[in-house]
Amino acid sequence: MLRINCPHCGLRDHEEFSYFGDATKAYPALTTEPSAENHDAWVEAIYTRKNPKGIHTEFWQHTLGCRRWLVVKRHTVTHDIESVVIASERELP
Amino acid sequence: MTQATSTNAGAYRLAQGGRIERNTPLTFTLDGKSFQGFAGDTVASTLLAHGEHLVARSFKYHHPRGIMAAGVEEANALLTVGVNGTHEPNIAATVLELEQGLRTRTQNAWPSVKFDAMAITSVLSPFFVAGFYYKTFMGPTRHAWMLYEHFIRKAAGLGASVNDADVHRYDWHNDYTDVLVIGSGAAGLSAALHAARAGCDVMLVEQDFALGGALLNQAAKGAKGQWLATMLADLQATGKVRMLTRSTAFGIYDGNTVGVIERTAPGLADAAHGVPRQRMRTVRANAIVMACGALERPLVFAGNDKPGVMLSGAVGAYVNRYAVASGKRAVFCVNNDAAYGDALALAHAGSQVNVVDLRSVVQPGLLAAASSAGITVQTGSTVTDVYGRLHAKRCRIAGYDAATGTVMGGPMELDVDLVAMSGGWTPTVHLSSHRNVKPVYRSDIACFVPGGFDRAQFGAGAMVGSQTWQDAIASGWQAGVQAAAINGRNSNDSAPVLDDDTSTAFVPAGTLLASNPSDKAFIDFQNDVTVADVELAHREGYQSVEHLKRYTTLGMGTDQGKTSNINGLGLMAAARGIDVMAAGTTTFRPPYTPASLGALAGRNVGPHFQPERRTSMHDWHMAHGGVKMEAGLWLRPLWYRTHGATIGEAYKAEMDFVRSSVGIADTSTLGKIDVQGPDAAEFLDRVYVNGFSKLTVGKARYGFMLREDGIVMDDGTTTRISDTQFFMTTTTAQAAKVMSHLEFLLQVVWPTLRVTVASVTDQWAAMSVAGPRTRDALQAAFPHLDLSNTALPFMGVLDTVGSGPLAGVALRILRLTFSGELAYEIFTPTHHGLAVWEHVLEAGKPWNMQPYGLEALGSLRIEKGHVVGSEMDGRTTLDDLGAGKMASKTKSFWGDALRRSPHLASENRPTLVGLEAVDDKEPPSNGSILFFAGDVIQGHGRGHVTSTTYSKSVGKAIALGLLQGGTAHVGEEIVATSPTQGRTYRLRVVDPCFLDAEGARYRV
Repeated sequence: MLRINCPHCGLRDHEEFSYFGDATKAYPALTTEPSAENHDAWVEAIYTRKNPKGIHTEFWQHTLGCRRWLVVKRHTVTHDIESVVIASERELP
Repeated sequence: MTQATSTNAGAYRLAQGGRIERNTPLTFTLDGKSFQGFAGDTVASTLLAHGEHLVARSFKYHHPRGIMAAGVEEANALLTVGVNGTHEPNIAATVLELEQGLRTRTQNAWPSVKFDAMAITSVLSPFFVAGFYYKTFMGPTRHAWMLYEHFIRKAAGLGASVNDADVHRYDWHNDYTDVLVIGSGAAGLSAALHAARAGCDVMLVEQDFALGGALLNQAAKGAKGQWLATMLADLQATGKVRMLTRSTAFGIYDGNTVGVIERTAPGLADAAHGVPRQRMRTVRANAIVMACGALERPLVFAGNDKPGVMLSGAVGAYVNRYAVASGKRAVFCVNNDAAYGDALALAHAGSQVNVVDLRSVVQPGLLAAASSAGITVQTGSTVTDVYGRLHAKRCRIAGYDAATGTVMGGPMELDVDLVAMSGGWTPTVHLSSHRNVKPVYRSDIACFVPGGFDRAQFGAGAMVGSQTWQDAIASGWQAGVQAAAINGRNSNDSAPVLDDDTSTAFVPAGTLLASNPSDKAFIDFQNDVTVADVELAHREGYQSVEHLKRYTTLGMGTDQGKTSNINGLGLMAAARGIDVMAAGTTTFRPPYTPASLGALAGRNVGPHFQPERRTSMHDWHMAHGGVKMEAGLWLRPLWYRTHGATIGEAYKAEMDFVRSSVGIADTSTLGKIDVQGPDAAEFLDRVYVNGFSKLTVGKARYGFMLREDGIVMDDGTTTRISDTQFFMTTTTAQAAKVMSHLEFLLQVVWPTLRVTVASVTDQWAAMSVAGPRTRDALQAAFPHLDLSNTALPFMGVLDTVGSGPLAGVALRILRLTFSGELAYEIFTPTHHGLAVWEHVLEAGKPWNMQPYGLEALGSLRIEKGHVVGSEMDGRTTLDDLGAGKMASKTKSFWGDALRRSPHLASENRPTLVGLEAVDDKEPPSNGSILFFAGDVIQGHGRGHVTSTTYSKSVGKAIALGLLQGGTAHVGEEIVATSPTQGRTYRLRVVDPCFLDAEGARYRV
């Protein structure tokens, strides 16, 4: 059982949370003028994923709690959780 | 005279001693025969008190087998407990606490364990060697398996499984503790005492029904018994320790979570009164101390599987804990000092005892103690064979050179009724290994010990290689210090003392075979794996321990090789000429001992398997012939029995009410989301493919939203309640997903938008009233409202309240249609749902308003070509659904960029079409594959059928489907085929809207 320390609710079982995936990408702007660059930026944001052995930065939502979207840094081998922050405060590379 | 010495207590029950309650006699039955024991006994100790060793036949060879152990490591004595239907197979008699009236049965033998017809397999044993199944039933002869499977399954195996529902009740319990101590032996008690005195909340779990671990197997009145009593009193005095007996920590998981199954004390489980049989505890511990002890190793000599051959520690346990002598003439074959304690205990109980010690040199003190107890000790010797058909009768003893591990000549024979063996100990490393920490081999003590511990986890005692009581206590105390420190606490007390330096150090023994063939010397008793099998696996190249396990079945079964693995590994390592560390161990996985599925399921069974969601009109539907179906967690009426004998009759009748007069359907399950804020309109512009910012207040608009990858996520109608407030509806199935999606966009992608969203699905009941007479009926229901086309035009909304009996009841009336008829959706607060429903139905009587179910609802929308989840299946785009024109060109939206990806914009994608049966009244089955005329009928075809029904309005079976080229093929005849049903249908491609494409029916 992963235990996630929700910044709002405290330490809770992962069963209260929903997993979403990679949180290292910024979403490109919406634009009414489609361009190859914009399309490629979306492809990069949506499909290009690393598969790290080590710390993975990922979205979780506290769906059965405060419903906040969170960014969790989790070790993919040990499942140790390094940090949990509110998603809007995430740092993008 | 107490009952203890009465004749029915058993001929092998000692007159004194033990931890049994002699004032509480209990009786159980084995195969119908009664045996009397006492509270504090196990089934095994009771049987042994009556001289009954033989209780099983072995898995493959049907060898007679007896009780060999006194704990969870028991490989032989597996019984079926309970009566047929509620029985539980493969329960070790050694852990089965005696209970009044308990009914048990032997397994894997017919007609009885004493005369087993299947024992013929023993004669055939040369054929049942390792790899028998693979060699016989794979390759060219594999069909033989079909022929013989039935017989083999009957002949080989353990108890029969239960096929009936479990009548027992199980509980789930969430637990939290500062320090969890697993195991209540000397080390565990010591750790718990430190942690408790340091101020931690401690949970102490013990699989046995009594606390004390190996201390329980020592004389209760001796120094160790006294020490145990004092420790338990001290622990109690702290007031900080929850002591859970009958509780097995079966697995350790991420986040310091431990699975513990707690069994109810005998006689207490009572399903009728809600007392569970077992309780599954999920324990989250800040720190964990594992003090899981060690298990004794059997020795490997010929005939070591016969009834009457037992582990030495078990013999000691039966004397000291249960006051039972397992035999009157015993030989102990040992390689360590500690086993002398067992031999002495049995000798003091009055049995004649010989010790055969593999070591050539034994401490004088031990020899003196043995001698004074009348025990003859032969050093530098070993047992090589045990003889006897149903029980050990005689054993052969030969010289043994421990330095070279070789058996030498000079055999002598002894008449015996008990052979006790002690090959040293194996630390119980299972739990630490569950955290993916491999055990490491310590050659100095010839044991695998934990290779380390995960964060905030510690080990103590025999599990980590302690060899004396004092070591175990000290290491337990140290682990307690570390566990308390994790919690920021400590105590200045010093560790308890138990002055005893008996060591469990041993001289490792290999196989102890003289002239006998190695197929009589067993490594794994439960799976009938012999030395010969391991040798064969080696010769045939199955040398890795994982291959050895799969090839020979060594270490499988209910005991998972607790006694056998180490001997098997040692034998294979020796055969390969490598050391045991290099051979390694197989992987230890949870559960440590078998866990019942009932406990894991807890109360989440039957109707409690998942929550049920019911609308406020649910009971009305059930009372009026509604046939419920599950729609996600919701229960919805599929059709009403009042409208037909079958669903086929009923849905057509229900469609008729709607098309010809008026019907009413419960649509409360629709997802409803309140969207508010100054930027709400801008937000919806970004969420939906079409625009919402220009929507006027009081009007609704139908929209699609896409996933980020350009695929359609959901559709629904959103109404503008005010400049800054919108009322969104979603499909029932996607409600939760859409809600999370909106929250993601607001919190992660556009955090600066001033918008909040709230799910109001449960706050609003909803019903759809549809049909040409709808306005008449609703006008009758709500005479105070103006529902005319002018006052409430198509896609208009009226936020109002009821009158008369519904005075003050909020009503949100939306004029929109799913069926294609003149229709209104009425939303009202959930607690008024039923009242409004009944009120509307009552008012609709003059027009014969009838309820219609989900089947009719779905069929009405097929006639209109409206898409639902069958079409929005997570693979389709706006263009696929014929809705590409809805996408705004003046603003962008979520999913807009990637919907332009080449593969999504391909001309070749199947798109929405209507399909009519050419000559068939039966609709094609859903999922049928579509082919153009002239296509070869194979492969994935040109698309598939997504929704089907019979349409009375069209007079034909109709369907919606996704077809390459889509409506460009209108008028063509195509083929639909269902490979699973072996049927083919002729269909004609038509427009997806079968009825009233211009909307004349609802624009009135």
